[in-house]
Parts: sequence; structure tokens; C-alpha cells
Amino acid sequence: MIARRTILAAGLALGLALPGAMPAQAGTPPNMLVMAKSISDLITLDPAEVFEFTGGEVIGNIYDRVMMFEAEDLTTLVGGVVEGFEVSADGKTITFQVRPGQTFHSGNPVTAEDVAFSLRRVVYLNKTPAFILTQFGWDKDNVDGFIKATGPMTLTVTNNSDFSAGLLLNALSAGVGSVVDMKNVMSNAKDGDYGYEWLKNHSAGSGPYVLKDWKANELVSLEANDNHRHGKPAMKRVLLRHVPEPAAQRLLIEKGDVDMARNLTPDQIKGLQGAAGVVVEVAPKAESVYFATNNSHPILSDPKVVQALRYAVDYDGMANTFLTGQYKVHQSFWPSGLWASLEKNPFTYDLDKAKALLAEAGHGGGFKITIDTLTTPPFPEIAQSLQQSLSKIGITSEITLAEGKTLWPKYRARKHELIVARWSPDYVDPHSNADAFAHNPDNRTEAKLTGKPAWRTSWEDKEITALTEAAAKELDLVKRKEMYLDLQAKFQERAPFNMMFQSAEQVARRDNVSGFVSGANFDLVFYRLVTKK
Amino acid sequence: MADAQSPVPEGTAAKPFPPPVFTKIFRQVFTVTLTFIGLTAITFIIGRVMPADPVLAIVGDRASREVYEATYIQLGLDKPLLEQYWIYLSNVLSGEFGKSIMTTRDVLDDLIRFFPATLELATVATLAGIFLGVPMGVLAAVNQGRWIDHLVRVVGLFGYSVPIFWLGMVALLIFYGWLGWLPGPGRLDVYYDGIVSPDTGIILLDAAMQKEWDIFRNALHHLVLPASILATFALAYIARMTRSFMLDQLNQEYVLTARVKGLSPLGVIWRHAFRNVLVQLITIIGLTYASLLEGSVLTETIFAWPGIGQYITTSLFNADMNAVIGGTVVVGICFVGINLLSDALYRLADPRAR
Repeated sequence: MIARRTILAAGLALGLALPGAMPAQAGTPPNMLVMAKSISDLITLDPAEVFEFTGGEVIGNIYDRVMMFEAEDLTTLVGGVVEGFEVSADGKTITFQVRPGQTFHSGNPVTAEDVAFSLRRVVYLNKTPAFILTQFGWDKDNVDGFIKATGPMTLTVTNNSDFSAGLLLNALSAGVGSVVDMKNVMSNAKDGDYGYEWLKNHSAGSGPYVLKDWKANELVSLEANDNHRHGKPAMKRVLLRHVPEPAAQRLLIEKGDVDMARNLTPDQIKGLQGAAGVVVEVAPKAESVYFATNNSHPILSDPKVVQALRYAVDYDGMANTFLTGQYKVHQSFWPSGLWASLEKNPFTYDLDKAKALLAEAGHGGGFKITIDTLTTPPFPEIAQSLQQSLSKIGITSEITLAEGKTLWPKYRARKHELIVARWSPDYVDPHSNADAFAHNPDNRTEAKLTGKPAWRTSWEDKEITALTEAAAKELDLVKRKEMYLDLQAKFQERAPFNMMFQSAEQVARRDNVSGFVSGANFDLVFYRLVTKK
Repeated sequence: MADAQSPVPEGTAAKPFPPPVFTKIFRQVFTVTLTFIGLTAITFIIGRVMPADPVLAIVGDRASREVYEATYIQLGLDKPLLEQYWIYLSNVLSGEFGKSIMTTRDVLDDLIRFFPATLELATVATLAGIFLGVPMGVLAAVNQGRWIDHLVRVVGLFGYSVPIFWLGMVALLIFYGWLGWLPGPGRLDVYYDGIVSPDTGIILLDAAMQKEWDIFRNALHHLVLPASILATFALAYIARMTRSFMLDQLNQEYVLTARVKGLSPLGVIWRHAFRNVLVQLITIIGLTYASLLEGSVLTETIFAWPGIGQYITTSLFNADMNAVIGGTVVVGICFVGINLLSDALYRLADPRAR
């Protein structure tokens, strides 16, 4: 009897699980955008702290910034929460007028006081991206005097550095320029933390979407803000589903269970060609892949040796094989397609030239080095290609793969010999990358300018550093552009860096989805124009 | 007045002090405490000496020296290792596992959220492994050397040697991609997301309690593939071990005696031989269950299943040591709990153990 009952129960359970008992809902809801993406890098949603790719993308849709590149025109910097600004004659003070009629998700009006608080809060908290603002001479003791609401909708921002007003305006379009709802944030503040703990996983913005839920390593759920200044977004809900495995992402997009797949490998993109109902789009990105040699190394400190290494890279070979569609050759530190980028790739794969340069440097017999890089594709493949071509000019190399958390401390401690790494600008101004790669005002170990790759490689070039500073201060845009072009050309010849590739994001979407905008920088991804047929 | 030399009255047996049951409980508590201290200490030390930098996990590789140093001090990394461990242990004892770098939430909250997903998956997989693996093992032992035995052994070998990652991908491709019989990765279709409140975190249970039967069935559908993949491993191990234990028993003289006495073949197998392998089987099943609770990371990755395996692994890659230690403690509790449960079941299965 018991056995019979057991069999019956098992049969019932099986019946429930059997296919056809309840077919899965086909596709995704018409007013919901569902994306398959790896979101394991998301560790905070506080705009004063966000510095990761997924975090940058999400807060870009939750918060409007002081200045913005809008989804409709990614090339023009315009006012975000502000409708206009005026720069004083000396270029030091910018007066902003806040757009009237804007409200936060809470219903509170957006005022100049909120804007001032948002910027000051970044400086008070002093988290990693705070340098984008503190480089203008602000610190927690003086910032109140430099960023002030002078009226309900008027704000003045005074630059306490020699940097240009143009650079300041560009910096205000970064994530740290996000405007938070002061009343809401401060009502959730604890122990004078300016709402830091709360804002890590809540939202208090005025952007087109409201954070509904963030479950780490599971999903991010956003709901449309019907009162956004650009109007109600077509997609009522946006869901980022954490699907870490690219092959699973491919299956989901093919079956129509997600609208977009964001982390597909080149093989999977290739496999999707011709798939019914799936379209692959390529969006150029500003991430650069480069190698850096250590300038304190007895052999690698010789510029001729570094120059030889530049000619020993099979740029096209890599770009046309395992990097197809995801990276293109670009040899300047400021990405192609952006204002003031040097669109010149002077280095080719020329082993004879590389050998000659090595011989000239007195190392014709070759030497041994280590190559450090990340474990994630395509870094091991790039390192292997490099290893192979270096062996052809007599350089023996050993590859060490490591996770970022292990690799970066080594790089920051100047313990690498040759490292293959990546970099993405913090905001859309050439100074963002110039400051990192070409500016090293104090090369001493105790200076610990660990955030700058130039310092990490022990590279001190006074002329290049001075040029970087001068370009950041230049008010005339035409002159400034010329200075950056000159800086990039000199950098290409002298720096212990070899910029090799620039990335592109390959996104697979269902053919009924349109309007997804993905700009060059990691935080310029917009959902508000997405529609579904 | 009783004789001072013989405090125990005549005719009554001397009762040991403390009573054996207390000694047993004391021993268990002592062992469990020692296990946890050892577990937290080893995980803590590994976390501190491994080359990954927990500060960089928070501040990112571009952080300035000031930001880096402020966070270093905030995390208490400037204190001696022993002091750091003592602070951590004191916090754990008061129920504070600290905050996770990765999720920004209390580790305890994370564990409450992630563990039920794994518990649901591992429990269903283990049950499937038991209900299929045990009969298969018995059947193979009874038919030793015949085709059915070979078949079970091949299935066992397959389940044990085929990489779970590959098996999961192939199953997903066939049953979801090609045939469309089962849903893809995730615990629910997006249509059902957020409808059931996570009272227990086990969606099947929550949906049933809230009488959301559509969601219950959808969750069950989503569970079939990942649970089957894990069950393959459980089934293979349990079937192989059951076969081996049963073969051992079937060659014993008491089995021959029972047969000679004219007992039915089924009675001999199930009432005599099988009862004698129960204790060993409980051990095997307990170990399998525990290993599925902590080791289903690959299945969780393929099926986008937000479980504790994925949580610990991702935390480890992010040098999120509070989360790693918290996860390890939970896995440790599972092992200890399953051991205690196995001990209790031994007593039920074997009168000599009572």
C-alpha cells in the first residue's frame, strides 16, 4: 500500500515537472527589457563610490548628472539637471541654472542645494572616484566655500586649481556628477556617513529609472520614472539578469527568453550569425588594452628596448583572429572617435626592425622577462601571442596569469616586468587618461602615486608631465586639442607603455528591440530610448 | 545512617557521574566548538595571507594612496593578525559576520538569501539520487555480471567521470535549446519574478505556502535540469556504493541460510541484506548531500542559480573574506549537522548502536 502511494506521489511530481504540463511563458513581456549580463562586478550603487562597469551603467540610468552626454547625441556635452551655465571672465567660476520642474523619484523637487550637496558629498566621503573632483583643489575643509547654492535654482562652482573650465565641465559629466536627493539621503544617514551605507543599495535620483531591487549576483531591477524630464520611458521595467556563463546567455537570446545578451564571446557571436530573430550590434568602447614595462628594470628602462618590443607585437594578427569584432588596433592613449584622439598607428609587426633596435641597445643576444596579465579572455591569448613574437627576437618570456585582486597589487607595488593590462577613462576628457599615463610629478617610491600607471612603471618624464599639466589648463579648445595630439605623439615614442587595442562591445539583441544606446565610455549606456515592437 | 565507605545502597547499581548522556553531549559540543574555531581560524588565516588584496576589492585599482590607506585602516588590517582574528571571532559569536564587500550587505543576510537556493537544489538532487541510485545499486548487485549490472556500472562511471560543467551545458542545449521542453537558466521565468515573497527562500515552499501554484510549477520546471545534473553525480556515487555494499552482504552465510530456509528472494534482499548495508549507506548519502550543498558551484554558474557555491567562489575571487568565512562556516554547519543526523539515523537503522 505504502509502495503504491509512493509511486503515485512520485508520478504526480513527475507529471508536474513533465514538459507540456505548463509550457514556459514565451519571450519577455512587451514593456520590459530583459538583459543577460554578468553583474558580479557590481559592488555599490552610491554615485560617490561607483567605479565599476555595471555600477556605472546602472547609476547612469538612475541619476541625472550636472552635465551629460545625452542618449540622442553622444558627442555633445550638455546640461543635465542644469539648463545653462555661464563661465566667469577669469574662467574660474561657473554659474549653473538648475532646470525648473524636475523632481526626484521621491517627489522632492531638484534644487541647487541638492546639486551642491551631491558634489560636496563626493568630496566629504573621498572614495576612489573623488579625485575627479578633488583635482580642482577641493577638499572636505574648503569645498563648502567653492560649491555653493546662491539661490533656489542657482549654483556657483569655483575652480580652486589652474585646470580649465572645459575640463571641469567634462568632469561634472562623470558618475560623481550625479545629483542625489539631499533630503532623502540625509534622512537615511547614520553616524555622519552622508547616507553612504544606505545609498550603496538604494537610489535617490531623478533619472529615467528607479532602483527597485538589486540582488547581488542575481539581478538588478529598475522601474520607469514616469516623471522624468525626457518623459516616460517606453520600457516600464528593465531587468539585468546575472548570467555569468556566456554559452547560457547565447541560448537565452536564441530562445527569446532575454532581449539582449551582453557578454558573448567572439565564437558565440559568430555562431549567432544567421540566427532567426537575433541581431548583433557593435558599439565602439573607450577601453584600451596596453602593455607596460617597468622603467626601473635594468634592461627594460632602455627606450630602444621598449621601442623594439613595440615592433614585436603582431597587432593585425591578433585583431583579425581571436580579437575579431571585439578589439581594433589603436596605439594612442586617448581612444579613437573621441575629441582630441590621435588617429595614428605608427607601429607595425616588424621583427627585423625590432631585432635591429635590440642589437643597437646592446641586447641582440636576447634576455628573459616575465609577462603578467589577467586570467580572463582575451588577456592570456594576447600574452601568448606576445610571448611567441618576443621569442622570435630572442626574448624569452614566462607568463603569469592572475585575478585582478592579485595582479593589481603587484603592478601598484612596481614589481612587474611587463604587464598586459586594460584601462577605461573615468570621464570623457583626454585629461582623464593623460593624467594616468603621462603625468608623474613625483617618482619617489614614498610618493605612492599608486593610482597612476605612469608612477607604477617608474616613468618620470618632466617634459611630458609638464605638457599634461599645460594641456589641462589651456582654455582655448583649438590649442588644447593640438596639445593633446602632440602629447600623444610624444607618448607613443617615449613612454614605457604600448597602447595596442581599443575595445568594442558586441551586443546581441532580439530584432524587435531597438533604441539601446551604448556610448564610448562605460557609464554611457542608456535604456530610456529602448522600444519593443 | 549509611556506611560512609559504601555510599551506594545495597541492591542498586552504581550510577556513573556524570551520566553517560551528558558526557556524550559534552563531547559533541566540545568537538563542534573545536571544529568551528579551527574552521574559522584556518579560513581567516588563508584569507589574510593569500596574495589577493581585500582593500583593492573595495577601492579599485585606481585608488589613490589616501583612499587605500583609509580603507585599510577601516577594515582593521593594520592590527596584528591575532587581534584581527579575535575581533572577528568575537563578532561571529555575537552573530556578526561582518559586511560583504561584494554585496554591501551583512554576510548573515546574504547567507540567508543564498543558502536556501542551494538547499533546494541539493535536496532535490540528493532525493533523486537516493530514489534512483539505491534501487539501481541493489539491482546491479543481485544481477552481478549480467547486462543490468554492466549498465548500472557504466551509468555510475559516466555520472562520476563526466564533468558537470559539460553535462550541464549539453543538457541545457538539448532540453532547453533544441527541444524546448524545459526552461533555461534562472530560478523562475521573468514573468513570475518578485511575486512570491521569500519567506523561506525556497521558492517551491514559498509558492506552496502562498498558494501560488503557477509559480510553484514554474519553479519546479526550472529546478528539473540543474537538479538532474547534480543528481547524476549523486546517483552514480550512491548506486556504485550500494552495489558494492550489497555484494558484500549477499556473499555472507546468513543470506545463504535465509535462502535455504525458503525465504522469498525479495525478502532476503530487502529485509536481510539491505538492512545490513543501511548504516554504510546513510554515511554515503550524508557525505553526498553535504558535498552537493557546498560543491554545486559549476551547476549554479551554468544555470544562473544564485546559490552559496557561486557566492563563496565569487567572494573568493573578490577577496571578500567576510563572505568567504561566513560561507565556510555555513558549509561547516551543514557537515556537522548532517553528521549528527547520520548518527541519529544509525541508531534507528542498527539496534546495536542504540
